[in-house]
Amino acid sequence: MISENRSLSIMINRGLSQRLASWARVKSPWITIFNSGACNACDIEVIACLTPRFDVERFGILVKGTPRHADILVVTGPVTKKQASRLRRIWEQMPEPKYVIAMGACGAGGGVFRGLYHVMESVSSVIPVDVYIGGCPPRPDEIISGVVTCLNLLKEDLDHGGKAWRTTPASAQATEETV
Amino acid sequence: MARVIVPVGPQHPALKEPVNFRIIAEGETIVGLELDVSYNHRGIEKAAEQRDFTRVVPLLERICGICSHSHGTAFVKGIEEIMAIAVPPRAEYIRTIIAELERIHSHLLWLGVAAHEIGWNTLFMWTWRDREAVQDILEEISGNRVNYGMNIVGGVRRDITPELNKAALDRLPALEAQIAGYVELLKKQETVLLRFQGVGRLTREQALTYGTVGPTARSSGVEYDIRRDDPYCAYAEVPWDVVTDTHGDVYGKTIVRIGELRESVRIVRYCLEHLPEGDITVKAPRNAPTGHALSRYEAPRGELSHYIRTNGTDKADRLDVRTPTLANWTSVAASLVNQNLADIPVIIAAIDPCLSCTSRLTVLNPQRTSSTEMTWEDLRRRARELNRERERC
Repeated sequence: MISENRSLSIMINRGLSQRLASWARVKSPWITIFNSGACNACDIEVIACLTPRFDVERFGILVKGTPRHADILVVTGPVTKKQASRLRRIWEQMPEPKYVIAMGACGAGGGVFRGLYHVMESVSSVIPVDVYIGGCPPRPDEIISGVVTCLNLLKEDLDHGGKAWRTTPASAQATEETV
Repeated sequence: MARVIVPVGPQHPALKEPVNFRIIAEGETIVGLELDVSYNHRGIEKAAEQRDFTRVVPLLERICGICSHSHGTAFVKGIEEIMAIAVPPRAEYIRTIIAELERIHSHLLWLGVAAHEIGWNTLFMWTWRDREAVQDILEEISGNRVNYGMNIVGGVRRDITPELNKAALDRLPALEAQIAGYVELLKKQETVLLRFQGVGRLTREQALTYGTVGPTARSSGVEYDIRRDDPYCAYAEVPWDVVTDTHGDVYGKTIVRIGELRESVRIVRYCLEHLPEGDITVKAPRNAPTGHALSRYEAPRGELSHYIRTNGTDKADRLDVRTPTLANWTSVAASLVNQNLADIPVIIAAIDPCLSCTSRLTVLNPQRTSSTEMTWEDLRRRARELNRERERC
């Protein structure tokens, strides 16, 4: 009888803690920035977002140093071949549900670096990407808009109980990098 | 005491860019440093040989987003030298204005990063707030906050209209007042003094031995500035002074950079007030004659040089970029020795490293007679062998 009660309370608590975690995730997403071979332009614009004029902390967004604490991975740059396996490893370390934002023209398709001998095709050829932010580099307001888009996506995913409702992007089948 | 190797990077909270350090420490004291800066290698020099002079400038600007104007200007300056065309004075002045605005934004950015590395985030927020004034001027003039796209062979792409000129001049006094505030702050702020003074010292001899450039060299008393020693753009006509210091430590580097902020504002003001009338471009020929040029440029981090060889077509035959960070890296290893483990971030940040500039591939083989091609597999095998050798010794 005691054990039944205990398991019931654990079940209730688990539901509650899940809801609490989801609520916290939407209200205060933690991000980690990974430079996969960018020219620094996107990086300084992301950091400009944290500073007084743009101040993304008003959306509860905090930058964390380790991917293990992060909900959103912001990838800058056109993934160099040497960074591809590292990017994959960083992404694997993130706890579920994980979201990826690819910054700038390079992140979407190589941009000005498309076709260079040490550059991958795009971020999505290494890890699945949820939100792309265009521009070279995107302005801080565009970055903020991209992060808010990602948060809305997160909310919708919670309502649908996972990411499966979205059409699975081709990148989801991205094979293990050969590097 | 036993030696410990502390690996840092390529992804690490203290790093803004991918780099791998192997810091060899005895207790809390650093005895050596090994580094791998190749994570950002993209192959831009090779790609530059395949694009014509109009299309290569946007690519070169993206070698580095912080000093993008430096790379663009250094390249077009070299090509103009080979083509023997004279750029209109108005274009030279506009290039100088953008270059100095870029220096201000880069140095303010650096000051913020250095403050962040010593754990004083308030100063980081202050400098980045003030930096926005410069970003506004740059955006008004060029249409973009970063990667301005101003250069073209034969001149600049956008003019500074009288309205833009006035708007920029109006923003300068507030910026100047903030910079004056930083000068005062540097004299008496205890956090800065404790963490900057005597940390990562580089003597004048060391600075010369390791071939340092830019603020790193100038803070050790080496008076070397391309803008004065090999003037380009409008620098020969503008009154300004080279800022040097004799401390050699992080404190000295901060003094030099803040001094340069004031000089840069002075140059920008002079150029805006004395902007010559006339065209902003001359028509450049499509092809460059066979020849070569070494184009030197004082980027925010030091001397940047582009070696360009042309072969009579509309593309460069060979482009070789030597960035200031590459020149300054070896001095970091020297200034880290015998320092405290906790001072690593600020000592490394002191040279304002820019890794996207620096990742380069060079294969040295003086006995080589024919050209060889290395495949991706060859390179990986070579890297594995090198790593094994390093592990063994």
